[in-house]
Amino acid sequence: MKLNDLIYQSGEWLKGTGPNSEMVMSSRVRLARNLDGMPFAHWARRDKQLAVMSLVRPAIESTKILKTSLFIDLNELNSLDRQFLLERHLISHELAEGKGVRAVVIGEREMVSIMVNEEDHLRLQCIQSGLQLTDAWRLMDRIESELDAKLKFAFSRNWGYLTACPTNAGTGMRASVMLHLPSMVLTKQMARVLQAITKLGLVARGLYGEGTEPSGNYFQISNQVTLGQSEEEIIDNIERVIKQIIGHEENARKSLLSKGRRQLEDRVFRAYGILKNVRIIDSTETINLLSALRLGVDLGLTKDVRRQTLNELFIITQPAHLQKIHGKTLTPGQRDVKRAELIRERLKKSK
Amino acid sequence: MLCEVCGKSQATVHYTEIINNDATEMHLCEDCAQKKGAILKPHFPLADLLSGLIDFKLPLTLKEEGRGKCPQCGMTYSNFKKIGRLGCGQCYNTFKESLAPLLKRVHGSNEHVGKSPALAGKAMRTTQQLRQLKEKLQRAIQREEFEEAARLRDRIREIEKKNEAK
Repeated sequence: MKLNDLIYQSGEWLKGTGPNSEMVMSSRVRLARNLDGMPFAHWARRDKQLAVMSLVRPAIESTKILKTSLFIDLNELNSLDRQFLLERHLISHELAEGKGVRAVVIGEREMVSIMVNEEDHLRLQCIQSGLQLTDAWRLMDRIESELDAKLKFAFSRNWGYLTACPTNAGTGMRASVMLHLPSMVLTKQMARVLQAITKLGLVARGLYGEGTEPSGNYFQISNQVTLGQSEEEIIDNIERVIKQIIGHEENARKSLLSKGRRQLEDRVFRAYGILKNVRIIDSTETINLLSALRLGVDLGLTKDVRRQTLNELFIITQPAHLQKIHGKTLTPGQRDVKRAELIRERLKKSK
Repeated sequence: MLCEVCGKSQATVHYTEIINNDATEMHLCEDCAQKKGAILKPHFPLADLLSGLIDFKLPLTLKEEGRGKCPQCGMTYSNFKKIGRLGCGQCYNTFKESLAPLLKRVHGSNEHVGKSPALAGKAMRTTQQLRQLKEKLQRAIQREEFEEAARLRDRIREIEKKNEAK
């Protein structure tokens, strides 16, 4: 498999299936690990970064799940390819824009990926469709144990796995769930929910994690605390909170349907109409219209479109994806035209 | 603040560049940052927030002993404060007096209870298991689930007995 093969496939987590998938887009578990006795990646010189890479790569490629995987050296990529991986949630900003010896290993159907030499030596992640944090953690746990048999991780009895940033020390785990909450936003309940979340030691972010604003009614909720709670406790906490939020969204959807069905339908079908016929469209408008149409699909107002198509459109209408699909750099103006074409084409196919 | 490269436009991109262990703060305008390949979506300044929390006075003992620098990787405490990242696993030991209160503030705990490396030993797992069982016992008692509590109590006794035997 090569990087360019990714253009024509779609990640497992975009399937739009799994528990609560009408509100939960995806579940993600990330683990941070460092090799004992080595300076952390952000602080290491080139020779140490190389040493880490040469220890870690064979260990990763010998794990069951990553035996057939795609290894990508970030230094061999141009900025478009890096942006492309970022848009697919396979690498972070830090890895994309970083310097030095760094890589990402991508497993089949993009379910598992491992970043090497981000700020920590290893950042393992697993993304699945729907609310499946426990499954994602089990898979991570298995891979991590396989790596643990081959590598010695920096660990202390009191503080657990030692990480570059003390906010990750302990389990080194960040579990997050991507939620689509259009009705909560429409009924202006989100501010209250977000406030409550913070009190429970959880954080809400936008589509691309740290540093991004919520857009298209998507919210990523994750744990803040990594020390003093076991992985299972952390996941249990988040799942409980998520289930409550889902319950609120469900109620909000019901009340919108019963009190303002016409308005809701109007919103959904306007969005659908525009998306099917649009000739020029930017990313922000795309995300917002896709969100509105998705609500219609989730409520069964229209059966013309599959959820997976909408999820995929989210990913492939982003700037680097459009340029990779067309095999050349496009100005923002050209992208808006190509984006419109792509959306029309996909929605036609979806029927 | 004006951009450090062109000196004309307002600097809107701020970041720390680390080359060969030298950290330099950079302040650039959007255009120059893009040219430098440094443009990223503005990052949530977690490190900044953190360094706000880190602002503890270095314990005197550390200063006197001149141990403000990690022997393994050369990270200094002041540098850690600046970039919000430690240099290596050993740093946790070097700066433990300052890190203990910091970790407690960030996580509300100073005791790891999750997964541990296979090598770190089974001993640790039993301690953890005991701790978790005892917590469960407390909760069961609070909820007045006495049957469950009795079951938990017996399991705790069993594990403790095994431990003593070792």
